[in-house]
Amino acid sequence: MLKYTGKRILIGILSLFVLVTAAFFLTRLMPGSPFQSGNVSEDVLKSMEEEYGLDRPMTEQYRLYLGNLLKGDLGVSFKKPGVTVVEVIRRAWPMTAALGGLAILTAAVFGTLLGIWQASSGKKAVRGGIFLGTILGTGIPNFVIALLLMFFFGVKLKLLPIAGLAGPQNYILPVISLAVYPTAVIARLMQNTFREEMQKDYVVLAKAKGLKPGRTALTHILKNAWIPVLNYIGPAAAFLLTGSFVVESIFTIPGLGREFVNSIGNRDYTLIMGLTVFMGIVVIGINLLTDLMCAWLDPRVRRACR
Amino acid sequence: MKKAIYQRRSRGVCPTDVSAGGYQRKRNPYVLTGGILLAVLILLAILVPVLSPYSYETQNVEIQNAGSSLQHLFGTDKFGRDIFVRVWYGTRISLLVGAGSALFCGVIGILYGSIAGYAGQKTDMLMMRLADVIDAIPSLLYVILIMLVLGANVGSILLGICISGWIDLARIVRGEIMRLKEREFCVAARMAGAGTVRILRKHLLPNAAGPVIVNITFQIPKAIFTEAFLSFVGVGIAAPVASLGTLIQDARSQMQVYPSQMFYPIVVLCILILSVNLIGAGLERASRLEEEG
Repeated sequence: MLKYTGKRILIGILSLFVLVTAAFFLTRLMPGSPFQSGNVSEDVLKSMEEEYGLDRPMTEQYRLYLGNLLKGDLGVSFKKPGVTVVEVIRRAWPMTAALGGLAILTAAVFGTLLGIWQASSGKKAVRGGIFLGTILGTGIPNFVIALLLMFFFGVKLKLLPIAGLAGPQNYILPVISLAVYPTAVIARLMQNTFREEMQKDYVVLAKAKGLKPGRTALTHILKNAWIPVLNYIGPAAAFLLTGSFVVESIFTIPGLGREFVNSIGNRDYTLIMGLTVFMGIVVIGINLLTDLMCAWLDPRVRRACR
Repeated sequence: MKKAIYQRRSRGVCPTDVSAGGYQRKRNPYVLTGGILLAVLILLAILVPVLSPYSYETQNVEIQNAGSSLQHLFGTDKFGRDIFVRVWYGTRISLLVGAGSALFCGVIGILYGSIAGYAGQKTDMLMMRLADVIDAIPSLLYVILIMLVLGANVGSILLGICISGWIDLARIVRGEIMRLKEREFCVAARMAGAGTVRILRKHLLPNAAGPVIVNITFQIPKAIFTEAFLSFVGVGIAAPVASLGTLIQDARSQMQVYPSQMFYPIVVLCILILSVNLIGAGLERASRLEEEG
Protein backbone atom coordinates (compact mmCIF):
# COMPACT_ATOMS: atom_id res chain seq x y z
CA MET A 1 0.00 0.00 0.00
CA LEU A 2 2.82 2.31 0.87
CA LYS A 3 4.57 1.52 -2.39
CA TYR A 4 1.40 2.22 -4.35
CA THR A 5 0.94 5.53 -2.55
CA GLY A 6 4.53 6.48 -3.26
CA LYS A 7 4.17 5.68 -6.93
CA ARG A 8 0.98 7.67 -7.28
CA ILE A 9 2.43 10.70 -5.51
CA LEU A 10 5.47 10.61 -7.76
CA ILE A 11 3.32 10.55 -10.86
CA GLY A 12 1.29 13.41 -9.46
CA ILE A 13 4.35 15.57 -8.92
CA LEU A 14 5.69 14.72 -12.38
CA SER A 15 2.38 15.64 -13.98
CA LEU A 16 2.34 18.92 -12.13
CA PHE A 17 5.85 19.64 -13.33
CA VAL A 18 4.86 18.93 -16.92
CA LEU A 19 1.85 21.19 -16.56
CA VAL A 20 3.83 24.06 -15.07
CA THR A 21 6.49 23.86 -17.77
CA ALA A 22 3.97 23.59 -20.58
CA ALA A 23 1.90 26.45 -19.20
CA PHE A 24 4.97 28.62 -18.74
CA PHE A 25 6.33 28.24 -22.25
CA LEU A 26 2.94 28.39 -23.87
CA THR A 27 1.97 31.62 -22.14
CA ARG A 28 5.29 33.16 -23.04
CA LEU A 29 4.79 32.18 -26.65
CA MET A 30 1.43 33.91 -26.83
CA PRO A 31 1.38 36.68 -29.38
CA GLY A 32 1.16 40.14 -27.93
CA SER A 33 2.70 41.57 -24.82
CA PRO A 34 0.48 42.13 -21.79
CA PHE A 35 1.25 45.80 -21.82
CA GLN A 36 0.23 46.41 -25.39
CA SER A 37 -3.38 47.31 -24.80
CA GLY A 38 -2.74 50.69 -23.31
CA ASN A 39 -1.63 53.52 -25.59
CA VAL A 40 1.94 53.47 -24.39
CA SER A 41 4.94 54.47 -26.42
CA GLU A 42 7.72 52.09 -27.30
CA ASP A 43 10.02 53.30 -24.53
CA VAL A 44 7.43 52.97 -21.81
CA LEU A 45 6.56 49.50 -23.10
CA LYS A 46 10.21 48.49 -22.94
CA SER A 47 10.77 49.79 -19.45
CA MET A 48 7.61 48.11 -18.18
CA GLU A 49 8.76 44.84 -19.65
CA GLU A 50 12.12 45.31 -18.04
CA GLU A 51 10.60 45.94 -14.66
CA TYR A 52 8.55 42.79 -14.82
CA GLY A 53 11.53 40.84 -16.02
CA LEU A 54 10.06 40.02 -19.39
CA ASP A 55 13.14 41.01 -21.34
CA ARG A 56 15.39 38.41 -19.80
CA PRO A 57 16.07 35.16 -21.65
CA MET A 58 13.34 32.54 -21.47
CA THR A 59 15.30 29.98 -19.53
CA GLU A 60 16.22 32.49 -16.86
CA GLN A 61 12.63 33.54 -16.46
CA TYR A 62 11.71 29.87 -16.18
CA ARG A 63 14.23 29.19 -13.44
CA LEU A 64 13.16 32.26 -11.53
CA TYR A 65 9.54 31.23 -11.81
CA LEU A 66 10.17 27.70 -10.58
CA GLY A 67 12.18 29.05 -7.70
CA ASN A 68 9.41 31.37 -6.67
CA LEU A 69 6.85 28.62 -7.10
CA LEU A 70 8.57 26.43 -4.59
CA LYS A 71 8.52 29.27 -2.12
CA GLY A 72 4.81 29.65 -2.65
CA ASP A 73 5.12 32.91 -4.51
CA LEU A 74 3.04 32.91 -7.65
CA GLY A 75 3.94 36.41 -8.71
CA VAL A 76 2.03 39.59 -9.20
CA SER A 77 -0.82 40.08 -11.62
CA PHE A 78 0.20 42.12 -14.64
CA LYS A 79 -3.12 43.69 -15.21
CA LYS A 80 -3.99 44.57 -11.65
CA PRO A 81 -0.88 46.22 -10.29
CA GLY A 82 -0.15 45.45 -6.69
CA VAL A 83 -2.42 42.43 -6.51
CA THR A 84 -0.65 39.14 -6.10
CA VAL A 85 -1.90 36.04 -7.81
CA VAL A 86 -2.25 34.32 -4.47
CA GLU A 87 -4.61 37.05 -3.32
CA VAL A 88 -6.79 36.59 -6.38
CA ILE A 89 -6.91 32.88 -5.76
CA ARG A 90 -7.73 33.33 -2.11
CA ARG A 91 -10.58 35.65 -2.97
CA ALA A 92 -12.05 33.57 -5.76
CA TRP A 93 -11.47 30.07 -4.47
CA PRO A 94 -14.25 29.77 -1.86
CA MET A 95 -17.02 30.47 -4.34
CA THR A 96 -15.83 27.98 -6.89
CA ALA A 97 -15.27 25.42 -4.16
CA ALA A 98 -18.75 25.96 -2.76
CA LEU A 99 -20.40 25.53 -6.15
CA GLY A 100 -18.27 22.55 -7.05
CA GLY A 101 -18.75 20.86 -3.71
CA LEU A 102 -22.52 21.28 -3.83
CA ALA A 103 -22.61 20.06 -7.40
CA ILE A 104 -20.64 16.92 -6.59
CA LEU A 105 -22.82 16.22 -3.58
CA THR A 106 -26.00 16.66 -5.58
CA ALA A 107 -24.64 14.54 -8.41
CA ALA A 108 -23.52 11.76 -6.07
CA VAL A 109 -26.81 11.60 -4.20
CA PHE A 110 -29.20 11.96 -7.11
CA GLY A 111 -27.08 9.96 -9.51
CA THR A 112 -26.87 7.03 -7.13
CA LEU A 113 -30.57 7.12 -6.33
CA LEU A 114 -31.58 7.35 -9.98
CA GLY A 115 -29.18 4.60 -10.94
CA ILE A 116 -30.49 2.24 -8.28
CA TRP A 117 -34.05 3.06 -9.19
CA GLN A 118 -33.37 2.36 -12.84
CA ALA A 119 -31.69 -0.96 -12.15
CA SER A 120 -34.20 -2.27 -9.67
CA SER A 121 -37.43 -0.95 -11.08
CA GLY A 122 -39.87 -3.34 -12.67
CA LYS A 123 -41.64 -0.73 -14.77
CA LYS A 124 -40.32 -0.34 -18.27
CA ALA A 125 -41.39 3.29 -18.33
CA VAL A 126 -39.20 4.11 -15.36
CA ARG A 127 -36.23 2.27 -16.77
CA GLY A 128 -36.59 3.74 -20.22
CA GLY A 129 -37.26 7.20 -18.88
CA ILE A 130 -34.18 7.33 -16.68
CA PHE A 131 -32.03 5.83 -19.41
CA LEU A 132 -33.19 8.51 -21.81
CA GLY A 133 -32.53 11.03 -19.08
CA THR A 134 -28.93 9.89 -18.77
CA ILE A 135 -28.41 10.17 -22.51
CA LEU A 136 -29.77 13.72 -22.48
CA GLY A 137 -27.76 14.58 -19.42
CA THR A 138 -24.50 13.42 -20.90
CA GLY A 139 -25.28 14.95 -24.25
CA ILE A 140 -26.42 18.47 -23.53
CA PRO A 141 -23.45 20.71 -22.77
CA ASN A 142 -23.40 22.42 -19.37
CA PHE A 143 -23.30 25.91 -20.78
CA VAL A 144 -26.42 25.15 -22.80
CA ILE A 145 -28.17 23.95 -19.66
CA ALA A 146 -27.01 27.03 -17.80
CA LEU A 147 -28.37 29.31 -20.53
CA LEU A 148 -31.66 27.46 -20.76
CA LEU A 149 -32.15 27.46 -17.00
CA MET A 150 -31.24 31.12 -16.86
CA PHE A 151 -33.70 31.86 -19.61
CA PHE A 152 -36.64 29.94 -18.23
CA PHE A 153 -36.28 30.47 -14.53
CA GLY A 154 -34.50 33.76 -14.47
CA VAL A 155 -35.88 35.75 -17.33
CA LYS A 156 -39.25 34.33 -18.23
CA LEU A 157 -40.60 33.08 -14.95
CA LYS A 158 -38.45 35.34 -12.81
CA LEU A 159 -38.41 32.72 -10.09
CA LEU A 160 -34.74 32.48 -9.30
CA PRO A 161 -31.90 34.99 -9.25
CA ILE A 162 -29.34 34.71 -11.98
CA ALA A 163 -26.40 36.79 -10.88
CA GLY A 164 -23.92 36.65 -8.07
CA LEU A 165 -24.06 34.60 -4.92
CA ALA A 166 -25.96 36.84 -2.55
CA GLY A 167 -28.26 34.31 -0.96
CA PRO A 168 -28.90 30.58 -0.89
CA GLN A 169 -31.36 30.73 -3.77
CA ASN A 170 -28.59 32.15 -5.96
CA TYR A 171 -26.85 28.79 -5.73
CA ILE A 172 -29.69 26.76 -7.20
CA LEU A 173 -29.31 27.45 -10.92
CA PRO A 174 -25.50 27.35 -11.12
CA VAL A 175 -25.29 24.16 -9.07
CA ILE A 176 -27.93 22.44 -11.20
CA SER A 177 -26.11 23.46 -14.39
CA LEU A 178 -22.87 22.03 -13.08
CA ALA A 179 -24.41 18.90 -11.59
CA VAL A 180 -26.45 17.59 -14.52
CA TYR A 181 -23.61 15.94 -16.40
CA PRO A 182 -22.00 14.16 -13.41
CA THR A 183 -25.46 13.07 -12.22
CA ALA A 184 -26.14 11.46 -15.58
CA VAL A 185 -22.75 9.76 -15.63
CA ILE A 186 -23.09 8.49 -12.08
CA ALA A 187 -26.63 7.29 -12.75
CA ARG A 188 -25.40 5.39 -15.78
CA LEU A 189 -22.50 3.88 -13.80
CA MET A 190 -24.72 2.92 -10.89
CA GLN A 191 -27.32 1.35 -13.09
CA ASN A 192 -24.76 -0.84 -14.79
CA THR A 193 -22.86 -1.95 -11.72
CA PHE A 194 -25.99 -2.32 -9.61
CA ARG A 195 -27.62 -4.53 -12.21
CA GLU A 196 -24.49 -6.67 -12.35
CA GLU A 197 -24.26 -6.97 -8.59
CA MET A 198 -27.92 -7.88 -8.31
CA GLN A 199 -27.21 -11.10 -10.19
CA LYS A 200 -24.45 -12.16 -7.89
CA ASP A 201 -24.66 -15.03 -5.44
CA TYR A 202 -24.40 -13.08 -2.24
CA VAL A 203 -27.56 -11.21 -3.10
CA VAL A 204 -29.41 -14.48 -3.62
CA LEU A 205 -28.07 -15.64 -0.27
CA ALA A 206 -29.24 -12.47 1.46
CA LYS A 207 -32.68 -12.91 0.00
CA ALA A 208 -32.73 -16.54 1.06
CA LYS A 209 -31.76 -15.49 4.54
CA GLY A 210 -34.83 -13.33 4.56
CA LEU A 211 -33.15 -9.95 4.38
CA LYS A 212 -35.47 -7.20 3.18
CA PRO A 213 -34.55 -5.91 -0.31
CA GLY A 214 -33.94 -2.38 0.92
CA ARG A 215 -31.47 -3.49 3.53
CA THR A 216 -29.73 -5.76 1.05
CA ALA A 217 -29.34 -2.87 -1.29
CA LEU A 218 -27.81 -0.63 1.31
CA THR A 219 -25.52 -2.84 3.26
CA HIS A 220 -24.29 -5.17 0.58
CA ILE A 221 -24.75 -4.13 -2.98
CA LEU A 222 -24.03 -0.48 -2.55
CA LYS A 223 -20.65 -1.05 -0.99
CA ASN A 224 -19.47 -2.96 -4.03
CA ALA A 225 -21.30 -1.02 -6.67
CA TRP A 226 -20.09 2.31 -5.44
CA ILE A 227 -16.42 1.83 -6.24
CA PRO A 228 -16.61 2.87 -9.90
CA VAL A 229 -18.52 5.95 -8.77
CA LEU A 230 -15.77 6.81 -6.31
CA ASN A 231 -13.31 6.34 -9.13
CA TYR A 232 -15.26 8.82 -11.18
CA ILE A 233 -15.12 11.56 -8.54
CA GLY A 234 -11.58 12.41 -9.67
CA PRO A 235 -12.44 13.14 -13.30
CA ALA A 236 -15.68 14.71 -12.10
CA ALA A 237 -13.70 17.25 -10.10
CA ALA A 238 -11.71 18.15 -13.21
CA PHE A 239 -14.93 18.49 -15.15
CA LEU A 240 -16.53 20.70 -12.52
CA LEU A 241 -13.50 22.95 -12.44
CA THR A 242 -13.55 23.50 -16.16
CA GLY A 243 -17.31 23.70 -16.08
CA SER A 244 -17.01 26.54 -13.63
CA PHE A 245 -15.48 28.64 -16.45
CA VAL A 246 -18.78 28.94 -18.23
CA VAL A 247 -21.19 28.71 -15.35
CA GLU A 248 -19.43 31.48 -13.45
CA SER A 249 -19.24 33.63 -16.57
CA ILE A 250 -22.91 33.14 -17.32
CA PHE A 251 -24.14 33.73 -13.80
CA THR A 252 -21.56 36.42 -13.07
CA ILE A 253 -20.02 34.70 -10.09
CA PRO A 254 -16.56 36.00 -9.19
CA GLY A 255 -14.93 32.62 -8.83
CA LEU A 256 -11.79 31.00 -10.20
CA GLY A 257 -13.42 30.12 -13.50
CA ARG A 258 -14.33 33.65 -14.36
CA GLU A 259 -10.92 34.95 -13.26
CA PHE A 260 -9.29 32.42 -15.54
CA VAL A 261 -11.42 33.31 -18.56
CA ASN A 262 -10.81 37.02 -17.99
CA SER A 263 -7.09 36.56 -17.52
CA ILE A 264 -6.90 34.79 -20.86
CA GLY A 265 -8.70 37.64 -22.54
CA ASN A 266 -6.37 40.13 -20.86
CA ARG A 267 -3.21 38.15 -21.63
CA ASP A 268 -2.31 38.39 -17.97
CA TYR A 269 0.59 35.92 -17.99
CA THR A 270 1.20 35.50 -14.31
CA LEU A 271 -2.47 35.14 -13.50
CA ILE A 272 -2.98 32.54 -16.23
CA MET A 273 0.05 30.64 -15.01
CA GLY A 274 -0.88 30.86 -11.38
CA LEU A 275 -4.46 29.78 -11.93
CA THR A 276 -3.39 26.92 -14.19
CA VAL A 277 -0.92 25.69 -11.59
CA PHE A 278 -3.49 25.98 -8.84
CA MET A 279 -6.16 24.16 -10.81
CA GLY A 280 -3.67 21.49 -11.77
CA ILE A 281 -2.78 20.95 -8.13
CA VAL A 282 -6.43 20.68 -7.15
CA VAL A 283 -7.30 18.20 -9.89
CA ILE A 284 -4.21 16.07 -9.40
CA GLY A 285 -4.72 16.16 -5.66
CA ILE A 286 -8.33 15.03 -5.82
CA ASN A 287 -7.45 12.31 -8.31
CA LEU A 288 -4.71 11.11 -6.00
CA LEU A 289 -7.02 11.02 -3.00
CA THR A 290 -9.79 9.12 -4.74
CA ASP A 291 -7.28 6.72 -6.25
CA LEU A 292 -5.80 5.96 -2.87
CA MET A 293 -9.24 5.60 -1.33
CA CYS A 294 -10.21 3.09 -4.01
CA ALA A 295 -6.99 1.18 -3.49
CA TRP A 296 -7.60 1.14 0.23
CA LEU A 297 -11.15 -0.11 -0.20
CA ASP A 298 -10.44 -2.74 -2.84
CA PRO A 299 -7.23 -4.76 -2.43
CA ARG A 300 -7.50 -6.05 -5.98
CA VAL A 301 -6.78 -2.60 -7.32
CA ARG A 302 -3.53 -2.46 -5.42
CA ARG A 303 -2.25 -5.63 -6.93
CA ALA A 304 -3.41 -4.86 -10.46
CA CYS A 305 -0.56 -3.67 -12.60
CA ARG A 306 -1.27 -0.40 -14.35
CA MET B 1 1.07 -25.35 -46.10
CA LYS B 2 1.72 -23.24 -43.03
CA LYS B 3 -0.72 -20.68 -44.29
CA ALA B 4 -3.45 -23.25 -44.74
CA ILE B 5 -3.16 -24.62 -41.21
CA TYR B 6 -3.14 -21.08 -39.92
CA GLN B 7 -6.24 -20.09 -41.78
CA ARG B 8 -8.15 -23.17 -40.74
CA ARG B 9 -7.30 -22.60 -37.09
CA SER B 10 -8.76 -19.13 -37.15
CA ARG B 11 -12.11 -20.18 -38.53
CA GLY B 12 -14.12 -19.18 -35.50
CA VAL B 13 -13.72 -22.37 -33.54
CA CYS B 14 -13.63 -20.55 -30.26
CA PRO B 15 -17.10 -19.16 -29.53
CA THR B 16 -15.81 -15.75 -28.56
CA ASP B 17 -13.47 -15.48 -31.50
CA VAL B 18 -14.83 -13.15 -34.13
CA SER B 19 -11.83 -13.22 -36.45
CA ALA B 20 -13.98 -14.97 -39.00
CA GLY B 21 -16.70 -12.42 -38.59
CA GLY B 22 -20.34 -13.16 -39.10
CA TYR B 23 -22.50 -12.75 -36.04
CA GLN B 24 -26.18 -11.92 -36.06
CA ARG B 25 -26.87 -8.26 -35.91
CA LYS B 26 -30.22 -7.57 -34.29
CA ARG B 27 -32.21 -4.42 -34.90
CA ASN B 28 -30.86 -1.70 -32.65
CA PRO B 29 -33.26 1.23 -32.16
CA TYR B 30 -30.61 3.50 -30.65
CA VAL B 31 -28.16 3.16 -33.47
CA LEU B 32 -30.97 3.54 -35.98
CA THR B 33 -32.39 6.74 -34.49
CA GLY B 34 -29.00 8.24 -33.86
CA GLY B 35 -27.82 7.25 -37.30
CA ILE B 36 -30.77 8.84 -39.08
CA LEU B 37 -30.48 12.08 -37.11
CA LEU B 38 -26.77 12.27 -37.75
CA ALA B 39 -27.22 11.57 -41.46
CA VAL B 40 -29.79 14.35 -41.75
CA LEU B 41 -27.50 16.80 -39.97
CA ILE B 42 -24.51 15.88 -42.10
CA LEU B 43 -26.59 16.30 -45.25
CA LEU B 44 -27.79 19.72 -44.17
CA ALA B 45 -24.29 20.76 -43.12
CA ILE B 46 -22.92 19.85 -46.53
CA LEU B 47 -25.72 21.16 -48.69
CA VAL B 48 -27.05 24.31 -47.06
CA PRO B 49 -23.89 26.44 -47.26
CA VAL B 50 -23.54 25.43 -50.88
CA LEU B 51 -27.14 26.00 -51.90
CA SER B 52 -28.00 29.00 -49.80
CA PRO B 53 -27.85 32.42 -51.43
CA TYR B 54 -26.44 33.94 -48.26
CA SER B 55 -22.88 33.85 -47.04
CA TYR B 56 -22.04 33.44 -43.38
CA GLU B 57 -20.46 36.83 -43.11
CA THR B 58 -22.37 39.29 -45.30
CA GLN B 59 -23.94 41.80 -43.02
CA ASN B 60 -27.14 43.52 -43.97
CA VAL B 61 -28.04 46.16 -41.43
CA GLU B 62 -31.55 46.59 -42.83
CA ILE B 63 -32.76 43.19 -41.78
CA GLN B 64 -31.19 43.01 -38.35
CA ASN B 65 -32.74 40.72 -35.81
CA ALA B 66 -35.47 39.52 -38.10
CA GLY B 67 -37.55 36.58 -37.06
CA SER B 68 -37.97 33.40 -39.04
CA SER B 69 -39.22 33.88 -42.55
CA LEU B 70 -39.20 31.97 -45.80
CA GLN B 71 -36.02 33.71 -46.87
CA HIS B 72 -34.29 33.42 -43.54
CA LEU B 73 -35.45 30.16 -42.00
CA PHE B 74 -33.82 30.91 -38.68
CA GLY B 75 -33.99 34.66 -38.92
CA THR B 76 -31.09 37.06 -38.83
CA ASP B 77 -28.72 38.11 -36.10
CA LYS B 78 -27.83 41.55 -34.82
CA PHE B 79 -25.59 42.20 -37.83
CA GLY B 80 -28.18 41.07 -40.31
CA ARG B 81 -26.44 37.81 -41.12
CA ASP B 82 -28.59 34.83 -42.02
CA ILE B 83 -28.61 32.51 -39.03
CA PHE B 84 -29.67 29.40 -40.98
CA VAL B 85 -26.54 29.41 -43.09
CA ARG B 86 -24.33 30.24 -40.13
CA VAL B 87 -25.74 27.40 -38.10
CA TRP B 88 -24.87 24.87 -40.78
CA TYR B 89 -21.42 26.33 -41.29
CA GLY B 90 -20.95 25.89 -37.59
CA THR B 91 -22.17 22.31 -37.82
CA ARG B 92 -19.53 21.68 -40.47
CA ILE B 93 -16.84 22.81 -38.08
CA SER B 94 -18.22 20.67 -35.26
CA LEU B 95 -18.38 17.62 -37.51
CA LEU B 96 -14.85 18.24 -38.76
CA VAL B 97 -13.46 18.58 -35.26
CA GLY B 98 -15.43 15.58 -34.04
CA ALA B 99 -14.50 13.23 -36.86
CA GLY B 100 -10.92 14.47 -37.05
CA SER B 101 -10.19 14.04 -33.38
CA ALA B 102 -11.87 10.63 -33.30
CA LEU B 103 -9.70 9.55 -36.20
CA PHE B 104 -6.39 10.81 -34.81
CA CYS B 105 -7.04 9.75 -31.24
CA GLY B 106 -8.28 6.43 -32.55
CA VAL B 107 -5.15 5.70 -34.55
CA ILE B 108 -2.74 6.87 -31.86
CA GLY B 109 -4.67 5.16 -29.08
CA ILE B 110 -4.86 1.82 -30.87
CA LEU B 111 -1.18 1.87 -31.80
CA TYR B 112 -0.01 2.90 -28.36
CA GLY B 113 -2.31 0.48 -26.54
CA SER B 114 -1.44 -2.43 -28.82
CA ILE B 115 2.27 -1.97 -28.31
CA ALA B 116 1.96 -1.57 -24.57
CA GLY B 117 -0.46 -4.45 -24.19
CA TYR B 118 1.37 -6.89 -26.38
CA ALA B 119 4.89 -6.09 -25.24
CA GLY B 120 4.06 -6.21 -21.57
CA GLN B 121 6.30 -5.83 -18.54
CA LYS B 122 8.84 -3.02 -18.66
CA THR B 123 7.73 -1.45 -21.94
CA ASP B 124 4.14 -1.58 -20.85
CA MET B 125 4.90 -0.03 -17.47
CA LEU B 126 6.91 2.82 -18.96
CA MET B 127 4.33 3.59 -21.60
CA MET B 128 1.47 3.58 -19.17
CA ARG B 129 3.30 5.75 -16.67
CA LEU B 130 3.94 8.31 -19.40
CA ALA B 131 0.27 8.20 -20.32
CA ASP B 132 -0.67 8.69 -16.67
CA VAL B 133 1.49 11.79 -16.39
CA ILE B 134 -0.10 13.36 -19.45
CA ASP B 135 -3.55 12.29 -18.44
CA ALA B 136 -3.46 13.80 -14.97
CA ILE B 137 -4.04 17.28 -16.32
CA PRO B 138 -7.50 18.35 -17.44
CA SER B 139 -7.40 18.38 -21.21
CA LEU B 140 -9.23 21.67 -21.39
CA LEU B 141 -6.22 23.44 -19.90
CA TYR B 142 -4.00 22.02 -22.64
CA VAL B 143 -6.43 23.03 -25.31
CA ILE B 144 -6.79 26.58 -24.05
CA LEU B 145 -3.05 27.10 -23.79
CA ILE B 146 -2.46 25.69 -27.26
CA MET B 147 -5.26 27.76 -28.74
CA LEU B 148 -3.69 30.88 -27.29
CA VAL B 149 -0.34 30.20 -28.85
CA LEU B 150 -1.21 28.67 -32.19
CA GLY B 151 -4.18 30.85 -32.89
CA ALA B 152 -7.87 30.17 -33.08
CA ASN B 153 -8.34 27.71 -35.89
CA VAL B 154 -9.56 24.19 -36.38
CA GLY B 155 -6.03 22.83 -36.48
CA SER B 156 -5.05 24.00 -33.04
CA ILE B 157 -8.31 22.77 -31.53
CA LEU B 158 -7.67 19.35 -33.04
CA LEU B 159 -4.14 19.36 -31.70
CA GLY B 160 -5.27 20.36 -28.24
CA ILE B 161 -7.99 17.72 -28.07
CA CYS B 162 -5.75 15.00 -29.42
CA ILE B 163 -2.94 15.60 -26.96
CA SER B 164 -4.70 13.70 -24.25
CA GLY B 165 -7.72 12.28 -26.04
CA TRP B 166 -6.01 9.07 -27.04
CA ILE B 167 -5.07 7.96 -23.55
CA ASP B 168 -8.41 6.50 -22.55
CA LEU B 169 -8.59 4.47 -25.76
CA ALA B 170 -5.00 3.29 -25.35
CA ARG B 171 -5.84 1.99 -21.87
CA ILE B 172 -8.86 0.09 -23.17
CA VAL B 173 -6.95 -1.41 -26.10
CA ARG B 174 -4.12 -2.41 -23.80
CA GLY B 175 -6.55 -3.99 -21.37
CA GLU B 176 -8.31 -5.95 -24.06
CA ILE B 177 -5.07 -7.16 -25.62
CA MET B 178 -3.71 -8.30 -22.31
CA ARG B 179 -6.95 -10.12 -21.69
CA LEU B 180 -6.90 -11.87 -25.04
CA LYS B 181 -3.18 -12.48 -25.35
CA GLU B 182 -3.23 -15.89 -23.69
CA ARG B 183 -6.40 -17.20 -25.26
CA GLU B 184 -6.25 -20.37 -27.30
CA PHE B 185 -6.68 -18.80 -30.68
CA CYS B 186 -3.85 -16.38 -30.09
CA VAL B 187 -1.54 -19.02 -28.67
CA ALA B 188 -2.36 -21.22 -31.62
CA ALA B 189 -1.53 -18.45 -34.03
CA ARG B 190 1.78 -17.85 -32.31
CA MET B 191 2.59 -21.55 -32.45
CA ALA B 192 1.77 -21.62 -36.14
CA GLY B 193 4.45 -18.99 -36.57
CA ALA B 194 2.40 -15.87 -37.15
CA GLY B 195 4.26 -12.60 -36.73
CA THR B 196 3.25 -9.97 -34.14
CA VAL B 197 1.66 -7.60 -36.59
CA ARG B 198 -0.42 -10.33 -38.14
CA ILE B 199 -1.61 -11.56 -34.78
CA LEU B 200 -2.62 -8.07 -33.78
CA ARG B 201 -4.29 -7.28 -37.03
CA LYS B 202 -6.17 -10.50 -37.64
CA HIS B 203 -6.92 -11.80 -34.18
CA LEU B 204 -6.47 -9.54 -31.20
CA LEU B 205 -7.80 -6.27 -32.56
CA PRO B 206 -10.92 -7.67 -34.26
CA ASN B 207 -11.84 -9.34 -30.99
CA ALA B 208 -11.17 -6.19 -29.05
CA ALA B 209 -13.28 -4.22 -31.50
CA GLY B 210 -16.36 -3.85 -29.31
CA PRO B 211 -15.16 -1.54 -26.52
CA VAL B 212 -12.74 0.15 -28.91
CA ILE B 213 -15.44 1.18 -31.35
CA VAL B 214 -17.68 2.35 -28.53
CA ASN B 215 -14.89 4.49 -27.13
CA ILE B 216 -14.02 6.03 -30.49
CA THR B 217 -17.68 6.80 -31.09
CA PHE B 218 -17.94 8.61 -27.77
CA GLN B 219 -14.83 10.61 -28.55
CA ILE B 220 -16.76 12.48 -31.23
CA PRO B 221 -19.36 14.20 -29.03
CA LYS B 222 -16.66 14.93 -26.46
CA ALA B 223 -14.67 16.78 -29.11
CA ILE B 224 -17.74 18.59 -30.40
CA PHE B 225 -18.55 19.68 -26.87
CA THR B 226 -15.00 20.93 -26.28
CA GLU B 227 -15.02 22.95 -29.47
CA ALA B 228 -18.41 24.51 -28.75
CA PHE B 229 -17.40 25.18 -25.15
CA LEU B 230 -14.19 26.95 -26.18
CA SER B 231 -15.91 29.00 -28.84
CA PHE B 232 -18.55 29.97 -26.34
CA VAL B 233 -15.96 31.09 -23.80
CA GLY B 234 -14.20 33.05 -26.52
CA VAL B 235 -11.05 31.00 -26.85
CA GLY B 236 -12.16 28.97 -29.84
CA ILE B 237 -12.73 29.77 -33.47
CA ALA B 238 -12.65 33.49 -34.04
CA ALA B 239 -15.26 35.69 -35.66
CA PRO B 240 -16.58 35.97 -38.34
CA VAL B 241 -16.25 32.24 -38.82
CA ALA B 242 -19.37 30.79 -37.31
CA SER B 243 -18.99 28.00 -34.82
CA LEU B 244 -22.07 26.81 -32.97
CA GLY B 245 -20.46 27.99 -29.76
CA THR B 246 -19.83 31.52 -31.04
CA LEU B 247 -23.38 31.68 -32.37
CA ILE B 248 -24.71 30.88 -28.93
CA GLN B 249 -22.39 33.39 -27.31
CA ASP B 250 -23.38 36.11 -29.80
CA ALA B 251 -27.05 35.48 -29.21
CA ARG B 252 -26.63 35.49 -25.46
CA SER B 253 -26.61 39.25 -25.20
CA GLN B 254 -29.94 39.32 -26.97
CA MET B 255 -31.44 36.57 -24.89
CA GLN B 256 -34.16 38.63 -23.32
CA VAL B 257 -35.31 40.26 -26.53
CA TYR B 258 -34.63 37.77 -29.30
CA PRO B 259 -34.32 34.36 -27.58
CA SER B 260 -34.83 32.45 -30.81
CA GLN B 261 -31.38 33.47 -32.03
CA MET B 262 -29.94 31.47 -29.18
CA PHE B 263 -32.29 28.52 -29.51
CA TYR B 264 -31.52 27.53 -33.06
CA PRO B 265 -27.79 26.87 -32.63
CA ILE B 266 -28.48 25.30 -29.23
CA VAL B 267 -31.00 22.86 -30.67
CA VAL B 268 -28.76 21.89 -33.57
CA LEU B 269 -25.76 21.46 -31.28
CA CYS B 270 -27.75 19.28 -28.89
CA ILE B 271 -29.22 17.12 -31.63
CA LEU B 272 -25.74 16.68 -33.10
CA ILE B 273 -24.21 15.58 -29.80
CA LEU B 274 -27.21 13.47 -28.84
CA SER B 275 -27.36 11.63 -32.15
CA VAL B 276 -23.77 10.48 -31.83
CA ASN B 277 -24.34 9.64 -28.16
CA LEU B 278 -27.32 7.51 -29.17
CA ILE B 279 -25.22 5.65 -31.70
CA GLY B 280 -22.56 5.12 -29.08
CA ALA B 281 -25.09 3.92 -26.50
CA GLY B 282 -26.56 1.53 -29.04
CA LEU B 283 -23.15 0.16 -29.95
CA GLU B 284 -22.29 -0.18 -26.27
CA ARG B 285 -25.46 -2.17 -25.68
CA ALA B 286 -24.78 -4.40 -28.67
CA SER B 287 -21.23 -5.03 -27.56
CA ARG B 288 -22.39 -5.88 -24.05
CA LEU B 289 -25.13 -8.21 -25.28
CA GLU B 290 -22.69 -9.92 -27.58
CA GLU B 291 -20.27 -10.58 -24.77
CA GLU B 292 -22.96 -12.03 -22.57
CA GLY B 293 -24.63 -14.09 -25.26
